[in-house]
Amino acid sequence: MAGELAESITERDEFIVTKGKNKKQLKCDTDSSAGCVSQRACVYCGARVVLNPITDAIHLVHGPIGCATYTWDIRGSLSSGAELYRNSFSTDLKEQDIIFGGAKKLAAAIDGLVEKYQAKLVFVYSTCIVGVIGDDLEAICSAASRRHNIEVIPVESSGFIGNKSAGYRAAGDALLRLIKPSESAVFKKNNSINYLGDFNLAGEAWIIHNYLQQMGVELNVTFTGDSHYTALKSAPKAKLNIIQCAGSMLYLAGKMEELYQIPYIQISFLGIEDTAASLRNIAAALGEESMILKAEELIAKETARVEDIIKGYRTKLEGKKAAIFVGGGFKAISLIKQFREIGIDVVMIGTQTGRKEEYEIMNELVDDGTVILDDANPAELEKFMMEKGANLLVGGVKERPLAYKLGIAFIDHNHDRKHPLSGFEGAVNFAEEVYSTVCSPVWKSLTALGMESGVTNHG
Amino acid sequence: MLDCTPKDITERKSGGIINPAKTCQPIGAMYAALGIHKCLPHSHGSQGCCSYHRMHLTRHFRDPVMASTSCFTEGSSVFGGGANLKASIQNVFHIYKPDVMAIHTTCLTETIGDDVSSIIKTAEVAEGKLVIHANTPSYVGSHITGFSNMTKAMVSYLAESTSPEKKEQANIIPGFVNPGDMREIKRLVESMGIEYIMFPDTSGVVDSPMTGEFEMYPEGGTTVEQLKDTANSQITLALGRFASSDPAELLNKEYKVPVATLKTPIGIKATDALLMTLRNSFAREIPKELEIERGQLVDIMTDTHFHFHGKTVAIFGDPDIVTGLTEFVLSLGMKPIHVLTGTPGGSSNSAAGSFEDDINDMLKGAGVEANVKSAGDLFTLHQWIKNQPVDLLIGNTYGKYIARAEDVPFMRVGFPILDRSVHSYLPIVGYHGAMRLIEMISNALLDRADRDAKDEDFELVM
Repeated sequence: MAGELAESITERDEFIVTKGKNKKQLKCDTDSSAGCVSQRACVYCGARVVLNPITDAIHLVHGPIGCATYTWDIRGSLSSGAELYRNSFSTDLKEQDIIFGGAKKLAAAIDGLVEKYQAKLVFVYSTCIVGVIGDDLEAICSAASRRHNIEVIPVESSGFIGNKSAGYRAAGDALLRLIKPSESAVFKKNNSINYLGDFNLAGEAWIIHNYLQQMGVELNVTFTGDSHYTALKSAPKAKLNIIQCAGSMLYLAGKMEELYQIPYIQISFLGIEDTAASLRNIAAALGEESMILKAEELIAKETARVEDIIKGYRTKLEGKKAAIFVGGGFKAISLIKQFREIGIDVVMIGTQTGRKEEYEIMNELVDDGTVILDDANPAELEKFMMEKGANLLVGGVKERPLAYKLGIAFIDHNHDRKHPLSGFEGAVNFAEEVYSTVCSPVWKSLTALGMESGVTNHG
Repeated sequence: MLDCTPKDITERKSGGIINPAKTCQPIGAMYAALGIHKCLPHSHGSQGCCSYHRMHLTRHFRDPVMASTSCFTEGSSVFGGGANLKASIQNVFHIYKPDVMAIHTTCLTETIGDDVSSIIKTAEVAEGKLVIHANTPSYVGSHITGFSNMTKAMVSYLAESTSPEKKEQANIIPGFVNPGDMREIKRLVESMGIEYIMFPDTSGVVDSPMTGEFEMYPEGGTTVEQLKDTANSQITLALGRFASSDPAELLNKEYKVPVATLKTPIGIKATDALLMTLRNSFAREIPKELEIERGQLVDIMTDTHFHFHGKTVAIFGDPDIVTGLTEFVLSLGMKPIHVLTGTPGGSSNSAAGSFEDDINDMLKGAGVEANVKSAGDLFTLHQWIKNQPVDLLIGNTYGKYIARAEDVPFMRVGFPILDRSVHSYLPIVGYHGAMRLIEMISNALLDRADRDAKDEDFELVM
């Protein structure tokens, strides 16, 4: 059934390639077709996931209730301080607001919340309907900003104006407004760096912070994991930006280079190979001898600590096959390498919003025969996982039960991750998670009553 | 956490919401549509809506949830979504091959004014395939309203009277409950020996067994034939007024199928009412096995009532479920002193009556003074609890913040439950469901008592 389903989507042919088989260029970065069961989200979603980890901000969603409910504390971003961001605020627009406009209600909601929570920063997210009824968010926010003498920043995130990537851009614009120094301020650069694109899921940013400290690198602020108003304000002082999640942060990094002369480098803390390379690159970019030495010390120490553990998992996992379907391309690339470290081949790889350059790198990294696909639907995921004999899928919330139904192990590399997956300890956690799902005894129960062998492809 | 919620209750002028106890119509419509056999729910709006609803349902049921979307872009919002919807109808049947496509709208498509029924009429739909739709503007009502509206659409599009004589069968509208509850209600009706059509019926869809294969359309769900036949039934039992009475009333209006609107059968009284209605409508006896079950439940209630008597409870969630739970905890001698739903609760002067009136009547009968509110939020509930602490909090997963902040034992019931599993397989309805609820309440209260007991008060036998 799945084969039949996937084959009938001729419109989708251009979005799928098999390495070694066809020379054609993979199509990506386009709108999904109407009527599809897409795994993609919207502009608001993209903006919200980027900004939500800012811990001391009021995140007010201007629209009917749903958009606020579905994003209430879903990211799993941890905070070392304020907890305000874990509340869900909505203007809860009703029918009369749609007819007469929601401006008054929004202004009143901002007033009420600021009074209650004494926040210095409010983000007001626009949803689909606000884009249509035409509330002047800009005017309402700047009036509120003057009234309370705090920052009230509109986020132009009406769902229909694009996909998740457009939301990343909207969040980037909101952040740029936030970090813009006042005209009178004199900005003195210091020797610190900003860390972009880590949302402190399961405390991942803290791991990286610790590494940087050991290298003698001063971390200025993280965008946006465990960040807060005052720290973000100091962002333009940094000397260098390092970017983990490129999909969400490249735009912001480009703008910061242009406006504040902060160069950026892309790094990845997924897997031992990429973590080590990234630490070296940071030290090299900052150019201080002591940092370069300390980076090498750290890498040597940490690699020695985790090497044997990883090797242990490798012997158990060697020869297994993985399928990957994640949000962005950069993560997908790191995962290919990380799987290689534990002896696993990637037989299918796809993303929701990967870019052309990223797909090119993926194509170079994978073996012949690996299927590469953009914006896949469940039928396609099923078809290629079964065809390629995948033992494991890496994906997000919606893919989990799909994999399980097929008797395929699963790892959440998204909001629902259970352990930090960054850095050296993250590499160990990752190997352990892969092992605990791929080699779980539950798969043995799949055998139907009275049958000798299971329906699963797990030997 | 949530320690920033102030204790002082001041008037909230904005009408905005802090920490919602409801969500929007479309997800309820999507859930209802999943209860039609071989149906693909379709979200007419932006991609994000569909993605959020699937994510939320997936987290609650831990099963794949399939639905398609019109994938709105800026152009469709300016020029109308007709072209997107027509293309969607073609693609859905061509690619995903459902028998039924159940379209629901979103705030966006309602506001730009897409006339979905006209679009459907002019769209090419393959022979033997069906398209139905419900208007589900997110700025009206809640997910419960959406569930009701899609269930109503099943009637308005599909019900078909084939003879003036009614068949000896009951329509059962279970309301927005878990598949485990639907299975239990069906078991009760079956053991009475009564023919029935349950709609929607998500059992076998979002609790489908593991077979090693992914079925886009699992075996469960009400069939189109059954939905057509609802017009010929002798009675419709609408279980839970907010989720079920509208479609039942429509069947009555269009096809003269009488309606019995009952509470969601949570607890002994509401389950009795369901069985007695069935008995009286079909002249059947209550079978021995159900009498035994009921007797066992009463036995358990008497065995344990001293644990519960006078304990204060806060209950929140969807109106039909909260009504049933309130009645049940009252029957155990507990005091529900805070009762709240996020869904707008009707009004005293409307034909349907109001949530607040219903609850207040029950409380008055039991002599319990309480805070009762419809269209409320969890900020309000939290403030109530700060001012008047409770022994137990009952509600969906979002209650865990309050439970932690106020250090209150917490029992998860309702939708959504995002942090525990198995809940969707086991019932809270019927006599068995009531036993399960008692076990859950006992565990919550007594685990807590054990944890807090000083050494000298710690007891083996409780």
